[in-house]
Amino acid sequence: MRAGGIAPEPGSLRPFVGRPQPGWGNPNRWKLCGFSYERNRLNLCKKIGLVTRISMAFLSRRLGLLLTQVNRVIEQRHFSISGSCSAIQKLTRVRVVDNSTLGNTPYHRPPKCIHVYNKSGVGKVGDKILLAIKGEKKKAVIVGHRRPGPCMTPRFDSNNVVLIEENGNPTGTRIKIPIPLILRKKGGEFSKVLAIAQNLV
Amino acid sequence: MAASCGRFLERAGVRVLARASAARPGALCRCFSSSGLLRTNDGEPTKFQPPPKPVVTDQRKEVVESRFLSPEFIPPRGRTDPFKFYIERIDMKRRRKVLNIPEFYVGSILSVTTADPYANDKTSHFVGICIQRGGKGLGATFVLRNVIEGQGVEFCYELYNPRILEIKVLKLEKRLDDNLMYLRDALPEYSTFDVNMKPVPHSPNDEIPVNKLKVKMKPKPWTKRWERPKFNIQGIHFELPEKIMEKAQKWSKPWQEFDMLREYDTSKLEREIWKEMES
Repeated sequence: MRAGGIAPEPGSLRPFVGRPQPGWGNPNRWKLCGFSYERNRLNLCKKIGLVTRISMAFLSRRLGLLLTQVNRVIEQRHFSISGSCSAIQKLTRVRVVDNSTLGNTPYHRPPKCIHVYNKSGVGKVGDKILLAIKGEKKKAVIVGHRRPGPCMTPRFDSNNVVLIEENGNPTGTRIKIPIPLILRKKGGEFSKVLAIAQNLV
Repeated sequence: MAASCGRFLERAGVRVLARASAARPGALCRCFSSSGLLRTNDGEPTKFQPPPKPVVTDQRKEVVESRFLSPEFIPPRGRTDPFKFYIERIDMKRRRKVLNIPEFYVGSILSVTTADPYANDKTSHFVGICIQRGGKGLGATFVLRNVIEGQGVEFCYELYNPRILEIKVLKLEKRLDDNLMYLRDALPEYSTFDVNMKPVPHSPNDEIPVNKLKVKMKPKPWTKRWERPKFNIQGIHFELPEKIMEKAQKWSKPWQEFDMLREYDTSKLEREIWKEMES
């Protein structure tokens, strides 16, 4: 288990390892199931776009029985759970990259994303997200993720995030980690974040 | 003195003209400078024979004509019309006339300057080690990796993208593998390269040096199970227990190297492409 209170080093974050958990609250449930029907259903849902909470619960309750049966079958199989290579969504552990006290003081739980302010639930560079840090909610801007983006844009080895206030001002005063230049394209709301950045990549 | 040297030279079969200065007693005998006074037996003046030139032998290795054909020129195996690759190659040739795309391999350290509308001075610069060369034709890409301020950054550049202003090879070398994606799970010191490093000179006649470095990895879990024979990685110093290495061999496919349907002989294609490029 992680030593108490130290923020995890980039690259040492362990992916979620465990048996598939029933219950609709766990977004990683679909990834852990080897059952192809589940994967197709998820893709279909993604294609439709909005999947409301109610419909998710309803579907999962209907399929709950099926799932438990599937789970019993899957228990015997060996899962390959590779490290996540995706952009930022709910429950992703992120790395706070500025020099704010909230981001740098150690805590026994890593900062996690709890909401992405986006039509799709997946956040890319420049999207605003809501983090749960040290038991409190804080808004942040994504400044880099592990998922490869379009060509000629940087791909980072850790999911980086800069804490901001409600009005868009960054909480910290300096950012040592390189920030992608794509943020300039997004608009004036990130000009203050870019102003405190020291390395632009 | 003049008489004695005259007698000496006469013995050698050469006539000597008596000089007026020799009459003075104690005077230096000048008749020893034979070049101006030598005459052949025929009586004609001899031509000045310059000393033989020193023979300079080039001890360097023979200049071997090794031509490098970039891998994106070789079309992939498939049922696509070869005409598509032919017109792509024409465009690639045109682009290469404008921008010099040097020869480089996976493992070489490159520095790339691109035109970026969002950068301060409209150009952005990146230095890194090439970890992968993918794509064929105009969509050929290469991925550069570097660690800046402790953060690993990777850039995927397209070779024929008009935004690329300059590609410079700082250090030309090969590694033991064709794909260095395992550097993501290796210790960061193996991916750190100085942004201001000086280019290492490399003469065009030398062979490409192979860096037989074996990289040390971070503790597991890794992004991929690099110990498996599917990846066939030679460049990692595995410190895993024997049991795990043996278990990884369970996924080996020893029949694949004998599979004839997987063979893709590109030598004929390469020769034709060379002829095309030179014309």
